[in-house]
Amino acid sequence: MVQKAPRKSAAKTTHHVSAQVIKDLHERMVRIRLFETEAGKLMEAGKLPGFLHLYVGQEAVAAGVMAALRDDDQITSTHRGHGHAVAKGVGFREMYSELYGRVTGACLGRGGSMHINDLTRGMLGANGIVGAGVPIAVGAAFAARYKGEDNIAVTFFGDGATNIGAWHEGANMAAILDLPVVFVCENNGYAEFTPQSAHMLITDVADRAAAYGMPSVIVDGMDAVAVHRAATEAVERARSGAGPMMIEAKTYRFFDHQGVKGLRHPYRSDEEVAEWKSRDPIGLIETRAVADGTATRAELDEVWQRTRDEIAEAIAYAESSPLPDPADMLLNVYSG
Amino acid sequence: MTLTTEAPAGVPVAAARRLSYVKAFNEGLAQAMREDENVFVAGEDVAGYGGVFRMFDNLLDEFGPRRMIDTPISEAALVGLGVGAAARGLRPVVDLMFMDFIGVCLDQIVNQAAKMKYMFGGGLSVPLTITTASGAGLGAAAQHSQSLEAWLAHVPGLKVVMPSDAYTAKGLTVSAIRDDNPVVVMLNKVLLGSTSEVPEEIYGIPLGQAHTARQGSDVTVIALGRMVGEALAAADELAAEGVEIEVIDPRTVQPLDTETMFASVRRTNRVLVVHEAVTFGGLGAEIAAQIQDVVFDYLDAPVLRIGAPFSPVPFSPVLEKAYVPDRARIAQGCRRLLERS
Repeated sequence: MVQKAPRKSAAKTTHHVSAQVIKDLHERMVRIRLFETEAGKLMEAGKLPGFLHLYVGQEAVAAGVMAALRDDDQITSTHRGHGHAVAKGVGFREMYSELYGRVTGACLGRGGSMHINDLTRGMLGANGIVGAGVPIAVGAAFAARYKGEDNIAVTFFGDGATNIGAWHEGANMAAILDLPVVFVCENNGYAEFTPQSAHMLITDVADRAAAYGMPSVIVDGMDAVAVHRAATEAVERARSGAGPMMIEAKTYRFFDHQGVKGLRHPYRSDEEVAEWKSRDPIGLIETRAVADGTATRAELDEVWQRTRDEIAEAIAYAESSPLPDPADMLLNVYSG
Repeated sequence: MTLTTEAPAGVPVAAARRLSYVKAFNEGLAQAMREDENVFVAGEDVAGYGGVFRMFDNLLDEFGPRRMIDTPISEAALVGLGVGAAARGLRPVVDLMFMDFIGVCLDQIVNQAAKMKYMFGGGLSVPLTITTASGAGLGAAAQHSQSLEAWLAHVPGLKVVMPSDAYTAKGLTVSAIRDDNPVVVMLNKVLLGSTSEVPEEIYGIPLGQAHTARQGSDVTVIALGRMVGEALAAADELAAEGVEIEVIDPRTVQPLDTETMFASVRRTNRVLVVHEAVTFGGLGAEIAAQIQDVVFDYLDAPVLRIGAPFSPVPFSPVLEKAYVPDRARIAQGCRRLLERS
């Protein structure tokens, strides 16, 4: 079945978005796009062990939400977590090093792609278990309120995760404890290879929030500005003590569930993929920025080039970094 | 390694009180909460009701709803709440009521709490305490009576303690809360009302340190949780027959203090391991294997294991009584070991 790209945002938020925010959203998306495409090339070249779940296509969601957060706000991510980490400010060096399994990696080579974290940036980790980050974000939000701090937590999850018990338990727990959590559904239409229509009978995942007394909004997940507006409202709401809120961003992943290619059983039509790619989130924001004078083409190109240079340096750093020593196998199994 | 696990020096014997297991737990928890503002309790019916086993009695009165939180019946979110809060610097105590319910939240325990520090490169700790009641003996049947310590002890990153009396219920609980790792405190349901001498002040019992509950020269009995009392009773019975058994209470099953066991085996040359969990794949198998790895040459007979049959815990009292190992089976096991040589 062909899933149609949403034609407009259903969000009714009206926050003003400045030229500076547009540029910020653009840069965050470019950083994700280039990190991911280069990682994909490294995987295809056989340089990276393990799995790689690429985020390309969904950049508007991570960028839009993260641009609404402070550094001390916490996020929990998914197995498709690179985009969230990059947008939250985790460095390229430690991310690539982790993909290479080097000791200089974000997890000292113990976690890999699915467990990248950076506590100094409020990144409480990508997670290999679908839905598992939801209750953990609830706990992070609980800790903020317990300590009297005003940071909030955002939990990212896919459409498929909302069929997991932990998701429902976490949503209800956040609602009943009235915690500062923002639930962000990245609905890319597929749970791995299974289309949404085959795993839930509802069209809008946001409907599930209603069951827990949680307000929700649906946005065009290819439009970073729309996502950012909704996120700003949800974040302000949470920070002010008004409780959790859910954002459903309708989006799409351009690559496969895992890796770059290798569709043994095509589960998406070429037409469907092409339709979504025609609404590339970076293309959308660049076209708009140039048209309304927010940025010149040269300014936008400079962002791409600067990021390319930074990535080339980070990959070289990762490749020249030492591997972990097997003698340190038991490092960090326990504290103390 | 010292084995100082009795009342701390300076406490006059005359001042020792007897306290029930559940009240000792409650007192240790309350003292740990007074000691550290970051300790809070979350669980089903823990605050307003005080816990179905009265484990949390009076804590709401003292600590209020900020630190005593009644949650929905949502074990996955409950443990996840603890993981997230612990990762952010709090010291959560989350209660799972009956140990059997861990199946509902095993992902949060096994894949999240236990692995977070390791997978994330060591940048954080997860000082989470999970309290729960385990064990058969109350006619609660197969979904409310299990001893699942082997499931948890198998998982790197977790610690598991099994208090065998009121004294250890308090000290191990305090140590679990003070520990920077996820620790599961397995309280035994049948022991809740049992009493022993318990100092009034706060004290911890070192995790990973076994206690020799009784010294003897003929057989080493390594007993987990409630089985410690049964083993001590069996020791009294055997002493009348001129047989002296040594009873070792590991107290912590992960990490497991095997050195104390090995030292005992070198003295007695015979070992019986007893737990109320099913024998197959239980801790007894691990302990027996380690003993045979290290002190095989000291053994006069193969290591004997006593546990439950490979069956769910039955309901009918006659069946349940036959299911759980007791002093008679332990004494019989010791006699069998002695007959081997």
